[in-house]
Amino acid sequence: MQSIRTRYFLFTLCALLVACEKTLPSLPADQDLLDGPVEGLNGEQNKRFLAGDVAFNDQVFTGTTGLGPLFVATSCGSCHAGDGKGHPSTALTRFGQSDDTGNQFLHLGGPQLQHRALPGFAPEQIPVGAGFAKMLPPANTGLGFLELVPDAELLTLADPDDADGDGVSGRVHWHLIPAYIQPRPGAVEQNGRYITRFGKKAATYDLLQQTAVAYNQDIGIVSNFEPFDTYSGVELDPEISNQTIQDVVFYLRTLKAPVPRNPDDAEISAGQTIFSQIGCAKCHVPTLHTGPSPIGPLASRTFHPYTDLLLHDMGSQLDDGYTEGTAATFEWRTPALWGLGLSKNSQGGQYFLLHDGRAPSIESAILLHGGEGDQSRSAYQQLDDHQRNQLIRFLESL
Amino acid sequence: MKTLYTYGWPESRRLFLLLPFLLLIFPVFSQTDSSAWLQRLEALSPADSVPKQLNMDAVYDRPFLQMGKMPVALGGYVEGNTAYFSTDGISEGFSFQLPRLTLFFASTVARRIKFLSEIEFEEGGREINIEFASLDIQLHPALNLRGGVLMNPIGAFNQNHDGPKWDFISRPVSATQLLPATWSNVGFGLYGKWYTGDWTLGYEIYLTNGFDESIINNEQNRTFLPAAKANNDRFEESSNGQPLVTAKLSLRQFRLGEIGFSYMGGIYNKFQEDGLALDRKRRLHTYAVDFNTTLPGIGAKLTGEWAWITIDVPETYGQQFGSRQQGGFLDVVQPVFRKKMFGWEKAVFSVVCRLEYVDWNTGRFRETGGEIADDFKAIVPGVSFRPTAQTVLRLNYLYQRQRDILGNPPASTAGWQFGVSSYF
Repeated sequence: MQSIRTRYFLFTLCALLVACEKTLPSLPADQDLLDGPVEGLNGEQNKRFLAGDVAFNDQVFTGTTGLGPLFVATSCGSCHAGDGKGHPSTALTRFGQSDDTGNQFLHLGGPQLQHRALPGFAPEQIPVGAGFAKMLPPANTGLGFLELVPDAELLTLADPDDADGDGVSGRVHWHLIPAYIQPRPGAVEQNGRYITRFGKKAATYDLLQQTAVAYNQDIGIVSNFEPFDTYSGVELDPEISNQTIQDVVFYLRTLKAPVPRNPDDAEISAGQTIFSQIGCAKCHVPTLHTGPSPIGPLASRTFHPYTDLLLHDMGSQLDDGYTEGTAATFEWRTPALWGLGLSKNSQGGQYFLLHDGRAPSIESAILLHGGEGDQSRSAYQQLDDHQRNQLIRFLESL
Repeated sequence: MKTLYTYGWPESRRLFLLLPFLLLIFPVFSQTDSSAWLQRLEALSPADSVPKQLNMDAVYDRPFLQMGKMPVALGGYVEGNTAYFSTDGISEGFSFQLPRLTLFFASTVARRIKFLSEIEFEEGGREINIEFASLDIQLHPALNLRGGVLMNPIGAFNQNHDGPKWDFISRPVSATQLLPATWSNVGFGLYGKWYTGDWTLGYEIYLTNGFDESIINNEQNRTFLPAAKANNDRFEESSNGQPLVTAKLSLRQFRLGEIGFSYMGGIYNKFQEDGLALDRKRRLHTYAVDFNTTLPGIGAKLTGEWAWITIDVPETYGQQFGSRQQGGFLDVVQPVFRKKMFGWEKAVFSVVCRLEYVDWNTGRFRETGGEIADDFKAIVPGVSFRPTAQTVLRLNYLYQRQRDILGNPPASTAGWQFGVSSYF
């Protein structure tokens, strides 16, 4: 009798535990999330990832912890919800440079507009006569893979003089890099300039530069890497440790690459074929490779970002009259398309595409392509509705 | 975090704060409890069974124990619970908590002059706060003077927050994450009540120290009134030399229940220092409606509160910091069994449910016209068991959805809580 009661009790307990588990939210599928680490990190690397995650997503700066006094946002996570693309309310504005002679408005706060300020301080205004462009924060996922693409591979993809005559002439961005940046192994130098690859104008060399500049220009945090206050222009004591910045860099490096959804679906496969047929893949190159890395899961990998990391002429419709480095105002770096279908999950439920979010749909983004993208746009317009739908479904599956 | 009263004390000395109370309290456990409060809770319709009591009386509406002819009456309550939560499929596992141990002592200094203090040890002693320490002088039932550390009467929960009075383990999010319960300040003011027939009308009005710029300069990354609680300097001086005004009007009818209308507002920013202008004066206004009633026939008790907040946020801030907020909760407690259970004569078993909503940023994006989210919804069904009036065991299931400012897919959190709360 005692045994039966015990069994009944244990059965009831197990049933309750199972029932309790059913009442808890389930983990979303990996393919439906942009955040999360790349597979294969070891325990030590997971700890660093988590430290960077906290600094990136949870550390909110205040006036007493270094914010501003001029700023764009109060934390990294404010602009990169779920590590995805930003929203027009988090767009930043850059101004003051219209050609390769450099930024003529550095003395008036350029290149980045800090349009927010602590009480008592006046935020910056765009100076009269300065060209400017608004830029949405990009998705963070897979950046570690992009950082490790060897310069040699980018040079192979480049065709600055359109030698093959296909109308597409991407070029690498040769640009100066700050003294604290260590060129990657195998880096190619040309007259003291290196191939930069991050940012809308591909004007940033690596994730350390991206992170240190973002802390400084976006949040008003000075560091050992970027020690000058954006308000006073004076060199100040660091407001963030090197360790925290390196943790954030590690976090960005080891965020996983977006996972495609339903890649074997026949309609999506057909869309992928169309993508190549109409020439999209000439710039949005499907496959790249990483070089060596001390982080095992990133080293010597083949991955599929749908970008060539090169600058392309995108035509007059996307020429905002502002640029960086030696890029022209009409040139933009090919954005990676991976994760495109999940953009809405970080943009409040709707698309805000292209550099400033002006395109409310994938189709409108395609139709705004000009310059080197003109042929593909025209080819897209020749597609019938079904083919267009297949192409859009493919892009949304990335 | 150190408080005004313990700042600079070593940990071991702070423990000495506890000892005198414990030594006094344990010997008097067997003393007789005297208050009408007990009868009220036993009836499980606390508001209606003592028709002239209002929510504002909560601070004295507690079981005090008096030992012999000592001039001081003592009391307190403790809360402990365990929880298992999961957010979007990720759980930190079980946790066990002692969220608060509260001691209060009251003294009648002379006829119509009384003093009451409430000291709270939160999270196992990590925080020690004096939540209430006021001297009340009654000139007339309709005119009482109160001064000291007092709880601003905004909404109902802030003044009536004792764990054993509630059938839910967690405090309402709207009361603690929108309004800053428990929100105490140094100040003084007036209160009083009038009685006529079945009706009771009460009022309170206080001037206190108040908020500071942390409400728009905090690590929550939103306009967040509770951030001001971290500033214990407010027990020493006002952050800007301007008083916070809190006023409340309450009306109770014997059969219908009680409704309260309250306001709390003032200048929150430091607009000048040493005579030099730093900024213009920026105000916040908080309005709240609260009610409690017992449905005739079925005996279900409804308790609710809703608050609206407007804040003058600097134009130089982004829309991350909202200038309008609102939120509230509704609790339903339905007694199912009220009989002898497990040897307790007047035990009560109830089913309960709480609905909660908070919007920390009401408005639309300037850039897109889309809705600003930054909101929270929750439902908390559960059961409670009161073996005696002073003690409640609670089992709650919580399901909540919280959206970020952009309105992206919400983070879903759910979990189970089991806990006990008891006066002693």
